[in-house]
Amino acid sequence: MADFRTPLGRARGLGSAKHGAGHWISERLSAIALIPLVLWAVFGVIRLAGGDYDAAVAWVGQPLNAVLIVLLIAIAFWHMHSGMRVIVEDYIHKMPTKVGLLVANLFVCALVGALAIFSILKVALGGAQ
Amino acid sequence: MTETPRERPLSPHLVSGGPFALHWRWHITMFSSIAHRATGVALYVGALILAGWAIALAAGPEVYANYKALLGSPLGKLVFFGLTVSVFYHLASGVRHLFWDAGEGFEVKTANLNSVIVIAFAIAATLAVWVIAAMSGAI
Repeated sequence: MADFRTPLGRARGLGSAKHGAGHWISERLSAIALIPLVLWAVFGVIRLAGGDYDAAVAWVGQPLNAVLIVLLIAIAFWHMHSGMRVIVEDYIHKMPTKVGLLVANLFVCALVGALAIFSILKVALGGAQ
Repeated sequence: MTETPRERPLSPHLVSGGPFALHWRWHITMFSSIAHRATGVALYVGALILAGWAIALAAGPEVYANYKALLGSPLGKLVFFGLTVSVFYHLASGVRHLFWDAGEGFEVKTANLNSVIVIAFAIAATLAVWVIAAMSGAI
């Protein structure tokens, strides 16, 4: 049977996918989680800036420190991926450039975030020389 | 039906006619809005620098010492000062955004006032952290 509906009418008839708010909510949840994590990390940086390699290894070896750093890296990289994605979507409208930047943003965040988490786990589990 | 779409101005339309021909009067809420994004981009780079710290730590004492010397150089300290301002600005400005998400604080006077508060907090917290860092021998 022929469909005489306009494209807009068809889209309205289909309705929303019912998960449009997921991206928005994950941005806010990661923002709230980062407030205590970042404040903790600022004092971690001050502490480690005054110490040497052995002090840093010992600090990362503490279970609470190791877990908080891993959480910080995972949530921070998730959050900055979301933020940079919105910036690209807002300002870059040329097609190949836009997709290229979105893919680069995802790959950089995933690769560097995974490398950093693996490094922390290696040191925390005694893999450092 | 085959009419080609015309180039239309994008909203918000801030600049026209020349680089400094602003449509709108400069306002502090404009600054606090764009500064939230600018500090977010700065922190993107900052997170990559701190990820480099974790990778250097796992790479061993020599790589770690070199990376730490790079971060402790005058240029490294300047970058870290900028990152401290960015962290506290983005944090306070982010809390402001969370209030907006809850439907609060849209009145012009409130928005102006908490723009000033966010900027003042970023400056005060940055100075406090650097004083603490100096006193604890970190710098």
